[in-house]
Order: sequence, then structure tokens, then C-alpha cells
Amino acid sequence: MSRMAKRFPTRIDLRKGTVDMTHGAGGRAMAQLIEELFIKHFDNDLLRQGNDQAMFNIPAGRMVMSVDGHVVSPLVFPGGDIGSLSVHGTINDVAMSGAKPLYLSAGFILEEGFPLAELERIVISMATASREAGVPVITGDTKVVERGKGDGVFITTTGIGVVPEGLEISGANVKAGDAILVSGNIGDHGVAIMSRRENLYFETEIVSDSAALHGLVANMVAAVPEIHGLRDPTRGGIASTLNEIAFQAEVGMRLNEESIPIRREVDAACELLGLDPLYVANEGKLVAFCPANKAEALLNVMQAHPLGKDAAIIGQVVADDMGFVTMETGFGGTRIVDWLAGEQLPRIC
Amino acid sequence: MKYVDEFRDKKLAKKLASEIVQVADPARNYRLMEFCGGHTHAIFRYGVQDLMPDNVEFVHGPGCPVCVLPIPRVDNAIELAKQGAIVCTYGDMMRVPASKKNSLIKARAAGSDIRMVYSSQDALKIARDNPERAVVFFAIGFETTTPPTAVAIKLAAAEGLKNFSVFCNHVLTPPAMQHILQNPEIGESEQVNIDGFYGPSHVSSIIGSAPYEGFAATFRKPVVIAGFEPLDIMQSTLMLIRQINEGRTEVENQYTRVVSREGNQKAQRLVSEVFEVRQVFEWRGLGGVSRSALKIRDAFAEYDAERRFTISESNGTDVKGCECPAILRGVKKPTDCKLFGTVCTPDSPQGSCMVSSEGSCAAYWSFGRFRLDRLKEPAA
Repeated sequence: MSRMAKRFPTRIDLRKGTVDMTHGAGGRAMAQLIEELFIKHFDNDLLRQGNDQAMFNIPAGRMVMSVDGHVVSPLVFPGGDIGSLSVHGTINDVAMSGAKPLYLSAGFILEEGFPLAELERIVISMATASREAGVPVITGDTKVVERGKGDGVFITTTGIGVVPEGLEISGANVKAGDAILVSGNIGDHGVAIMSRRENLYFETEIVSDSAALHGLVANMVAAVPEIHGLRDPTRGGIASTLNEIAFQAEVGMRLNEESIPIRREVDAACELLGLDPLYVANEGKLVAFCPANKAEALLNVMQAHPLGKDAAIIGQVVADDMGFVTMETGFGGTRIVDWLAGEQLPRIC
Repeated sequence: MKYVDEFRDKKLAKKLASEIVQVADPARNYRLMEFCGGHTHAIFRYGVQDLMPDNVEFVHGPGCPVCVLPIPRVDNAIELAKQGAIVCTYGDMMRVPASKKNSLIKARAAGSDIRMVYSSQDALKIARDNPERAVVFFAIGFETTTPPTAVAIKLAAAEGLKNFSVFCNHVLTPPAMQHILQNPEIGESEQVNIDGFYGPSHVSSIIGSAPYEGFAATFRKPVVIAGFEPLDIMQSTLMLIRQINEGRTEVENQYTRVVSREGNQKAQRLVSEVFEVRQVFEWRGLGGVSRSALKIRDAFAEYDAERRFTISESNGTDVKGCECPAILRGVKKPTDCKLFGTVCTPDSPQGSCMVSSEGSCAAYWSFGRFRLDRLKEPAA
């Protein structure tokens, strides 16, 4: 502490201060911001090495790596903020291979004039999410852009993880006959964000489902290692995720609308806004594909976990070289569930 | 959802479906036009066609406000934005093709200030928040969306909001329906063969059911004012088939929970205080239709973007090969268009019918594609 006191004679003003260009310029102001804000909250030994990179031992086996940029607007929303979202989003991308996530990196792009107090709140939220998930942020980067060239803060996180022996999880491995499961109610994140949009404000109890799913995934792969595919249906909702996998695995899918779990409030909000909940974003849900004879076992494991308690079997994979996702509607007809066209709602994550 | 789920009940749907099968005469076809895009969307969204016998066919009409707006009007809106105004528009409008492969969304990417709003009130708020900028509300829609625009204009006048104006493209349903059946410039071969009409119930919640009475009598076609839930559509189908079988050509009201014969007279007064009927308005697909649209009255001239700004004449035309016009008239189906599903998809719409979720082409593509592909394959 004595060395730090000498380097920065006065502490950074986290109460009233704002981001300025010096915070990204590589000089003392940047070093102080890193020390008194980022290292303070993310604190861990690897980060404390203080180099331009973090050095660590790697376990034997297969590793996975994933990157995710976060530009969500508004920065704070019911059930989370850009900080927690940037941790959960990347952990989930890593975990969808069945991997145990190990480490994260974080790149911040800050806009000149952004209040440091708000930045600290976001960093605390991010650090809390990372600590709760047991996945530390071990290296980072900070850049500042001129006022008007950003939107407060953008955060890019990269995650690495290690895949347990014996797992072969890939969208390409999904096969005709597989059961399709979803881990819980769809559309919460998208509707929570929409409810706080400047031009669309509406009162609702709905909070984002933003959550790290690696604990749920660990239980799932331990119980049913035969899982063929996992994916988190974020932007574009489950409709887009199912189409991606149908395309990748060259199969079709058949859903049953009545079995898809959705909160009444989310259903009502979508009805009001003219949105189809199948296309609305999730940040704490996954879609799983497994052999039909393992579906019940997998469902039970999912429902036993707090993040999977509303899990359901929503349909099955069928042979179809056109790669169509179709759905029996609750009304008794059939419709196609196509890719999302254009953009249903920008900057959702 | 209470008051919604009741109208999407599978058991009732099956019951109605079997009733329709019983009532429909197998010796004839029933070609029924749902005028409104809201009906088109619901038919595809819930798979209503699957519950119909083969001889009952839905013909999709021109009632999608985004689809019927001709290209020059979109060009005009882009020009208003280029002149420096903040143009506020409904989301559906953003991707509608304009001339020269332009669109509002592309104009925005190129630097124009074009904002997506959910209501005329949002546009008013933008005007209040930006007193130094001209704010234009790009108003589109049938009779249902006209009263909120009238309210916005009256509020702007009451508040003395000098920077707000409306680019008015409000259109009227009954003249367009009439035009489809009585259309001098469309040749005999293109005559639309329609046995009955579903009247748009949201429109009738404002104008009532009475304005269709002349239409039904003159053209000897039954009209049923139909709600937008799938059970509403099925019940209305049954009502239309009964009328056709019995040779009746009446205006019946299925949507009695909202629509009355006279409609919402307060809203009608408000609309006629602010708007008057245009002598002629150009529709995509229908061409010039007399007395089919509204313009802002002289008393509110300062809120009329067409009078406040100098807007140059655009002679933009549809993309070559695009069959939107014939599809809007119910003469062709989306699959009759060479562009459908090849160069024209919801991701790269060439015509307006592929843009809005209420457009026939977009509905065909998004909800019905699998059925069409199966049809193309030889029977297994």
C-alpha cells in the first residue's frame, strides 16, 4: 500500500469523477484507474502478476475459447447490467461445449464523460458475477473513445475452459430422433430490456434471466454424457438457435407450441408489442439435444437444478434435408418457425 | 392470458372446423378475401388454413398499410430526413424498399436522423425534447391508426409545438375494397374472383360496420366484420360460407364484442376535425384510387409536412419483376412471383409485401414456406 500511495498521491474520484481521454492514454491516470477500480474489484493472483498477459498452467485435454462483445442498451436493466451480462454471456458460450470455464479476460471501451461511479457499479457487478461463478477475470484492457463515439461502456469478454473426457457436444452432432429440451421460460431477457427502453417504457415485474449456466451444464453432462448438442438461445431467441442447429446438422425440427415454457407476463408483453416470444432473447437458458431414450433422465437432472426447474421437452429432431423448423400451434395448425429476419430489437446484449 | 387464450382454444377450433366442413358445399369453391394484413398474419401464425377444407381458400388483400404505400411516398420521407428533419416512423416502415435500392434504414445508416417510434405520442415527445429540430411523424395506416395521429396534431397545436409536423399517408378501407372489384384499368383477365370478404374489425371499431353496407349491396358480395384471433377468423368463415350458400349479401358483424354499426363516433368527429378526404391517392398495386386517403385540413396546415417542406416529385417505380401490385389486388399469389424466395426474401425484400409481417409474401415465406416446398415436390 505504501508504494501505491506514492504512485498516486490522491485517490481517483469514484464519486463525482468522469472518464476522460487520459484514462485510456497509457499514462499514470490509466494505471490508477486500473489499480483503484479494476484490480481492486476483480482482485486475484493471476491479475496481480501485473503484466500485459496472465500466465497460468494448462490442464491436459481439450480446451475451448469464446469471445463475446456486449453493447446492451440500457446499461442497467431489471435483473442485471452490462457487467454481469458480460460475465454470464461468455461463460455460457464456453459451457455450451460441456466445458468447465476457467478464466475470463475483459476489454472495456469507455466513452469520455462516462461517470466513474457508474463504471464502478458495473465493475462491482461484473466482479460479483465472476466470483459467484468461480471464473476469475485474469487480464484486461481499457480504451477510451471521444464523447459521442461510444455509448457509455462496451465490454468484450473472452473465456477459456476445459472439456471433460468423453464429451462430443456440437451442433453438428444433433441427429434425427433426438429430443429437444429447453431449460426454462423463454423471452425473459428481451422483454426485461424492452421494458426499460426509452421509447417503450412499461411497468413489469419481469427481470432478465441473465445467469451463468456452467453449473447446470456440469450436472447435465455428468448424468447424460450422450448429449449431442447444447446452445444458449440469446439474440434471435430459440427460433434462431433451432434454425442454426437445423442448418448445421442438416436436420429438421418439430416443436409443440403448448410444451414451450413461457411466463404469462412475457407472453402478454409480447402480445402487446406484436413480438413472437420464440424470437425474443434469453441470457440464462439453454437448448439441449439428446437421444430420445435419455430425454426423461436429462429433464429430471435439469429440473433438479435451480436454473433448470422449469425445463421441458419441447419437440424432436426429424430427418429433413430442407432443414425446416416447424411447430404444431396451440391452435391445432402447423406453422414454420423461420430464421429471424432483419432485427427484432437492436442492442439486446 | 385471460381474454386472449379463449380465442385460441384448440377444442373450439376443431368444433368450428368440423362445422365448416359440414356447411361448405363440396361441389364449389369458396374464395374469401381477408382485406386486412392482420388477418393474413393470424391465418399463417396459427395455421388456420390447415383446419379448412380444400375448397375454402384465403385470398390475401391489400390491407397492409406498409405494403400499399407507393415508392414515391417513401422517397419523400427520405428526402424530408435529408433536409435535416428528424423523421419518426413505425418499425415496419424502416426496411420498405424506396427508389434506387434505398430505404429508411439505409438512409439512417448514411447519416439521416430517422427514428423508430411505437406511437404518435413518441414522435411528439421527440419534438418536445428537440425544440431546435424539425420533427416529422411519418403517419401511415388505415382508419384504426388515424385517431392517434389526429390527437397528436391537436396536442401539438394546443402546446404550440412549432417544430412538429405530420407527413400524412392515412388511407381508407372501403374505397380500396370497392376499387378491387370495380377497377377500370385492370383487364378482364385480371378480374378478381372473390366470393366474400372479411372486414377488418379494428377499422370497424372506428368507422362501424355501416360503411360496408353500400359495398355489399352494390357488388352483391357478403362481408363479415371479423376479429383478429384465429377463432374469430374461423367463425367468420362459417358465417361467410352460410351467406354464400344462402345467396345472401349482407354485412354481418362477428366482432360484436367491440364493433357496433355506427362505430366510435367520438373518434370519427376527431378525425374529421383534423383531416379531410383527398381527391385521389396513389396506392401501390391499385394505382390512383379516388377519395381513398386523408389529408390534413387547412386549419392545421402548419402541422402538415407536405405544406411545410418543399418535397420534390419522385417518380420511383417498383423493382422490375416484383409482383407486389398484382399480389395486393389478390390476382396473384406470392409464389406466382419470379422473385419470391429467390432474390426477394425477408432479409433482402425487393417489394413491400415481403417487409411487413402483415405482408402476404412475408407471411407466405415465414410461416408457409414448408408447405409450398412440399407442394412443388411430386407426390410421394
